[in-house]
Amino acid sequence: MKLEPERYELFSGPAYEFAFGRRGFFKALGGGIVVVSALQPAMAQESGGARGGFGRAAPQEIGAWLHIDGYGAVTVFTGKVEVGQNARTNLTQAVAEELGAPVSSIEMVMGDTERTPFDMGTFGSMTTPQMVPILRRAAAAARELLPAAAWDKIDFAEVAKNPRLIQSPATSGRVKPASEWRVMGTPVPKIHAREMVTGRHKFTSDMKVAGMLHGRVLRPERFNATLVSFDGSAAQRMGGVTVVRDGDFAGVAAPTPAAADEALGVLKAEWKADPQASSTNTSAKTLFSDLKRTGSPAERSSNERGSVAQGLAQADKKHASTYTIAYIAHAPLEPRAAVAEWNGDKLTVWTGTQRPFGVQGELAQAFHIPEQNVRVIMPDTGSGYGGKHTGETAIEAARLAKAAGKPVKIVWTREEEFTWAYFRPAGVIEVRSGVDKAGRITAWEFHNYNSGPSAIGTMYNIANTKIEFHPSKYPLRQGSYRGLAATANHFARESHMDELAALAGIEPLEFRMRNLKNERFQAVLEAAAGRFGWGKRKPGEGVGFGIAGGFEKNAYVAACAEVRCEPGKAPRVVRVVESFECGAIVNPDHLKNQVEGAMVQGLGGALFEAIDFADGKIVNPRFSSYRVPRFGDLPEIDVVLVNRKDLPSAGAGETPIVTIAPAIANAIFAATGERIRSMPLNARTPANPVPTGAAAAV
Amino acid sequence: MPRKVKIVVNGVAHTFDADPDRTLLTVLRDELDLTGTKYGCGEGQCGACTVLIDGVPARSCQTRAAATAGRRITTIEGLEQNGRLHPLQEAFLETGAMQCSYCTPGMIVAGAALLEKNSAPNDAEIIDAMQGNVCRCGTYPRILAAVKLASRKMKRNVA
Repeated sequence: MKLEPERYELFSGPAYEFAFGRRGFFKALGGGIVVVSALQPAMAQESGGARGGFGRAAPQEIGAWLHIDGYGAVTVFTGKVEVGQNARTNLTQAVAEELGAPVSSIEMVMGDTERTPFDMGTFGSMTTPQMVPILRRAAAAARELLPAAAWDKIDFAEVAKNPRLIQSPATSGRVKPASEWRVMGTPVPKIHAREMVTGRHKFTSDMKVAGMLHGRVLRPERFNATLVSFDGSAAQRMGGVTVVRDGDFAGVAAPTPAAADEALGVLKAEWKADPQASSTNTSAKTLFSDLKRTGSPAERSSNERGSVAQGLAQADKKHASTYTIAYIAHAPLEPRAAVAEWNGDKLTVWTGTQRPFGVQGELAQAFHIPEQNVRVIMPDTGSGYGGKHTGETAIEAARLAKAAGKPVKIVWTREEEFTWAYFRPAGVIEVRSGVDKAGRITAWEFHNYNSGPSAIGTMYNIANTKIEFHPSKYPLRQGSYRGLAATANHFARESHMDELAALAGIEPLEFRMRNLKNERFQAVLEAAAGRFGWGKRKPGEGVGFGIAGGFEKNAYVAACAEVRCEPGKAPRVVRVVESFECGAIVNPDHLKNQVEGAMVQGLGGALFEAIDFADGKIVNPRFSSYRVPRFGDLPEIDVVLVNRKDLPSAGAGETPIVTIAPAIANAIFAATGERIRSMPLNARTPANPVPTGAAAAV
Repeated sequence: MPRKVKIVVNGVAHTFDADPDRTLLTVLRDELDLTGTKYGCGEGQCGACTVLIDGVPARSCQTRAAATAGRRITTIEGLEQNGRLHPLQEAFLETGAMQCSYCTPGMIVAGAALLEKNSAPNDAEIIDAMQGNVCRCGTYPRILAAVKLASRKMKRNVA
């Protein structure tokens, strides 16, 4: 199935083609066996061209390559990156499976623009459906070059005497069916986990290189401000401090973080905010009316079918409602960070990004140097959730490093991360519908303003639909967030389905079943309902049950929520059961971890997360004023994984988040009769409920 | 000349300049290169910077380094003894209680302090003790399981 492109995730890759050959690979890798694995033609087209590593590029669209040396050590090179989703482990499992090699003999080199093939980025839940098959084909092709013996009986020194470079088939090739898997499909533990629990893993923010300075960037008080005057002389007089002013960029680099803070504090600057900029004349208070007012005509109407007017005429009952979705922040616990080092006109940057090749392009553009002169390396990073697609800190550190003539590290403060990163788009969604006497939906009209078109189409069988996305003039910098607009669209759709069910007087699960034919969708709804005891258990006083289902990125999901609503108190989510099906499961434990994590993260956006802004400023740019889910918010969580070994494996990083908010909203309605149509559902939750007694400072 | 301050970190004595503005977090990370302790928010809200001061969990980003003179500091790097992981570190591995792992050191230090005080905490006690530690990946259910598993491991070790 072709995935819908997402407007906030479209990035085109550069399209260089240079000479390529065995000499380059063997010079870099030192003999042995090298298998180059091509992208499938469709994916190559999507990536807009591909380049090889080792400073050179490939004649065809390369997905990854694999090297086996004379000691049987396997090194795999992929442009994908690890941000906590356990891609490193899953991809290693794929190689181990086809090679018949132990997991411990395989090392993944990930997200290094000089050593790994071009990759658009790690987003869109694409690592599993795209990179797993590429690596399996490469590993299977490598296995055919090896003696048929068990891995530990192979004489790799003998094998390496005859260096070989081959290309694995782009589309077919013999890989093991899921029924024969021995490594894939099993809970292989997270690779490098010991470094993580001992604090030894070096995140970008932990890195030190020789002679490194620490950088800070001067920020205006408001968005869209121009630097009209600048005086850095006081900072300049401080020992070892470099001051840079370049257009609207101003910053300092100093030998210690404290010295950098001090130097930043003595910069004198005057900023002029643009009064015409939408960020300065809009606030969270008028956000939704502004988005609606500025919404442009639909970008696409491919989801138009039949006639909504006719469908409404056939309806026994009609309904219309409007939903709103606030801006929220990713707030990755590791803020954006980069270390930049120049060597002549060559630049190396270590940075936590989901798009190392994208950041390479940004750097090349910012410094007017060829991309071959820029190397971006991505250490395994403290999460992203779609929030680390851009190279702000990379550019800032590189600019300061260029001026200082020394390497510079930049780690954003939490406030910078909350202010100068980008947000999940806010949105307004209007739904109009009709249902006949038999409980079948006759018409469905759906308009999304600004939040995006992901999963905008309905999974239900409706003869008359009109479904449109309307881009708006938006006030804050916005971009990808785990699941993109699928969360907003599912919130509106599955809330509205519940409203229609109530209107038709039909039990919510039965109403959904009556309007859908897709067996995979039915299966996840039944799995969640079964485990939850839907229709069997009766909610107690003030307690409601809610259900919601969804589909996105080739994965199906359903959630049942139990929520307790007491007068004068915030709704309390007591229990959530979620079922998830993404084809054949690659690693059941990591999949469960992803689903659990998405459920917990989804609670935040569902219940209380919202960015507040006014006058071109973020009003709540701190954890003390922007509430995120904590231990105390945890409901009883139950995950039901549906394993479809007969289907290709889809990604799981995003889709499990989409049903949490509507399931909770529907449970609140069941408990109270009150229908809340805005995310977050409980905007009045106090920002910071953290007890300070338990672990306070001395 | 700033006053010199002596602290003992993971059993090793260190002396540093007692600049009044410096936090314990920056001394640990920038001076002693103990980067397992993380910056997450700078306002004591996320727990990524949790260390033990004389066995009591503290937010090192909110702790003035000079105020820790003569105190005994334990960081995540000090929990492993002679190559043997702390039972809670083992439990995190066995329960897979992490995703991106950036919060993991702070979680483990906070959890280890709790287990020191209360060898068999129930869910409510764990939640109360660790409410100030944020995991944005949402691995809380696994961290709860890890603390309880470590509790059982420690009981066995004593028995």
